[in-house]
Amino acid sequence: MASHDDDLSGFREEVRQWLEQNCPPSARNVPQNADNSFWGGRNAVHGNEDRKLWFERMAQRGWTVPSWPQRYGGGGLDASQARILAEEMRRIDAVNPLQSLGIMMLGPALLEFGSEEQKLEHLPKIARGEIRWAQGYSEPGAGSDLASLQTRAEDCGDHFLVNGQKIWTTYGHKCDMIFTLVRTDPQAPKHQGISFLLIDMADPGVEARPIRQLSGNENFSETFFTDVRVPKANLVGVINRGWDVAKYLLTFERTTMGSSGSGAQGEGLDQAALRLFGREGLAREPGLRQEIAEVLIGTWSARIAGQRLFDQGKAGAISPFSPSVLKLLATELDTRRTRAMMALGGFDHLDPGGSAAYKWLDAPTNCIAGGSNEIQLNILSKRALGLPEA
Amino acid sequence: MALVLTQDEVMLVDAAKGLLSREAPLGMFRALRDSGDPLAFDPALHRRLAASGFVAPNVAEADGGLGLGASAAGLIMEQAGHVLAAAPLLSAAMAAGLIGKTASKAQKDTLLPSLITGETTIAAALDETARHEPSVLATKATRNGEGWLLSGSKTAVIDGFGASAWLISAEFEGTIALFLVEQAAAGLEVDKVDAVDSRNYAKLSLKGTPAMRLGDGDAGPAITAALDLGRALLAAELLGICDEAFDRTVAYLKERRQFDRVIGSFQALQHRAARLYARLDLARGVVLAALRAIDADDPEATWLASLSKSVMTKLSRDLLVEAVQMHGGIGVTDAFDIGLFVKRGRAAGELLGDDYFHTERLARDYWRL
Ligand SMILES: Cc1cc2nc3c(=O)[nH]c(=O)nc-3n(C[C@H](O)[C@H](O)[C@H](O)COP(=O)(O)OP(=O)(O)OC[C@H]3O[C@@H](n4cnc5c(N)ncnc54)[C@H](O)[C@@H]3O)c2cc1C
Repeated sequence: MASHDDDLSGFREEVRQWLEQNCPPSARNVPQNADNSFWGGRNAVHGNEDRKLWFERMAQRGWTVPSWPQRYGGGGLDASQARILAEEMRRIDAVNPLQSLGIMMLGPALLEFGSEEQKLEHLPKIARGEIRWAQGYSEPGAGSDLASLQTRAEDCGDHFLVNGQKIWTTYGHKCDMIFTLVRTDPQAPKHQGISFLLIDMADPGVEARPIRQLSGNENFSETFFTDVRVPKANLVGVINRGWDVAKYLLTFERTTMGSSGSGAQGEGLDQAALRLFGREGLAREPGLRQEIAEVLIGTWSARIAGQRLFDQGKAGAISPFSPSVLKLLATELDTRRTRAMMALGGFDHLDPGGSAAYKWLDAPTNCIAGGSNEIQLNILSKRALGLPEA
Repeated sequence: MALVLTQDEVMLVDAAKGLLSREAPLGMFRALRDSGDPLAFDPALHRRLAASGFVAPNVAEADGGLGLGASAAGLIMEQAGHVLAAAPLLSAAMAAGLIGKTASKAQKDTLLPSLITGETTIAAALDETARHEPSVLATKATRNGEGWLLSGSKTAVIDGFGASAWLISAEFEGTIALFLVEQAAAGLEVDKVDAVDSRNYAKLSLKGTPAMRLGDGDAGPAITAALDLGRALLAAELLGICDEAFDRTVAYLKERRQFDRVIGSFQALQHRAARLYARLDLARGVVLAALRAIDADDPEATWLASLSKSVMTKLSRDLLVEAVQMHGGIGVTDAFDIGLFVKRGRAAGELLGDDYFHTERLARDYWRL
């Protein structure tokens, strides 16, 4: 035990030095949001030369995906080491070198369900930011009731022929490939005729049209598939058993959403309140001050929950319901926090180009995406509490 | 320390659960309440709990205790919450904390052994206001030869009626000091106070009451630490109360039929129950984090204690009202047990500061808003 701890403190020292030498100043103290992030891909755009260098150095060590095996481009770190790396990066407020749905969602699913060829083909490209992935689950007629999806994939011998439409595809118009749920057996009960298929968005017949959001950004798209030929090798897992993959992947999506929104990054709401409104202002408006205190209490509780989840993971005692709990509470808290930020800035925060308005308009999307919060409540009612169907 | 229970702690929880369900089932508390016993707890039960090491497990090993800290005390309180065990566990743990941090070796040797065995009960008398506000301290100490005399009054003294002795905060020449007053002391009046939860509370009136001082320095930090310990322990008890009331409610949702189906199939009720489940899950981590921080002498411990008390008081208020509502008419009867949880939850939430108090404390002193 002691020697493992010694190893860890040695590791921390090494990480700290390496980061000190390799993380350029302009890759630090950058607000960590979707726009400041590097997403990789065939048309990758770096924020600046320094951040490009930072990304390349991290990818070189496999630290864009610290805990994936090294043979797939990862850093091969165990959970404690990965946590130390994350802590040390947070300590110097280093920007995340690479954001991607490939890291957050597809990677874990491929590690669990993919064939060795698929892992070797796709994982290193995710780790090195060469391919930017989109998620093709939702359809116009299949949102919460995802399993009713209609996009068809017909078995044509050496390939599948895909026809249909996806919607709300996050950055669909900027992505290179898309992992989709498609119907491969229209006769089977709805959960049993679905397969998990990887599609190259550069292939003929794929078209992504951006959709403009309340926040003014175009962060998702409609994605159309017209007679798209997809190689058989792109089927992940067993045919007609794609629902298993889909559900497995969703728990990662929810855990990510449950931890990313917990206000851990950047300026805290307490500092923002003092900067924007000051103690005197807050004293004049006890209701607003109370709201801020309550949001801070929620934020702190969520942070403790994140730490507890990690400790439970190490002890092999994770509750299968944690992703739903954290997703539900963290996304609601996030909307509350952005509302408080709007109030603190008053008229000035109505500026549509400002980050407060952007975050306020964007926060509710997370209560809908990843399985709406009502769906999380359904999951908890049925699975955690064992309450019966209506 | 990790926010999961250790092997030893799991065993402790099992042992506490087992003993409490055998020796102190909920019906025992109800019978005690109905008997009107002024002591409001069963001294024999308290001694049996003590024999298993459940009373003041936070007394340091060097002082002859188990040295299991706030974490163990909290896990026991949580289990006591499930059955509403009426035993002076909270006051014992707080007294142990106060004595451990202030008393001389000789004082510890006289006070702690019988506290641990449950033969004596010692109550901390710190509050002077109806709403918890520890900064108010009007009780004064004066010198009397070698000894001390106290004058003032205390309220909301937990387990204070019939106690063997009281630990009393008082001001002496501008510093906060802690004193021990014995049962037979002159000029001491102890009044039993009835409360909705039918537990033991007292008001004290002190008129030139002889007292023994514990330690000789500023007792302020020790008192704050004891309050923090008490707050985290009450949060743990509230967690047990909420878990129990919630489990009983979910069971009722699966059993009660209306409109030809169980009421738990109605989504309106499902979502309300699921939301409480989620909040309970989050709160569990918060309570454990507070207990762990106290044991680690973490400088954040005092704030985590407030966090835990704030979160649990608010959750218990919301959860217990839902527990009643989802039971329908039977939920508001005295014969049905859910009401016992409601009443204890209300009192445990109030003691040592409710969510309004602790949210304000964090806002003012921690975030400096
Ligand atoms: C910002 C954003 C990004 C997204 N990114 C992606 C992506 O990259 N890929 C992808 O595939 N999808 C994505 N989605 C889609 C997302 O998964 C769906 O929007 C979501 O599952 C809800 O489906 P819907 O929009 O069709 O709403 P609906 O299912 O029509 O729901 C409408 C309302 O009804 C409620 N409701 C529905 N069913 C029930 C029920 N059984 N009980 C109680 N209430 C119910 C919902 O909670 C919601 O409030 C994204 C969504 C958003 C907002």
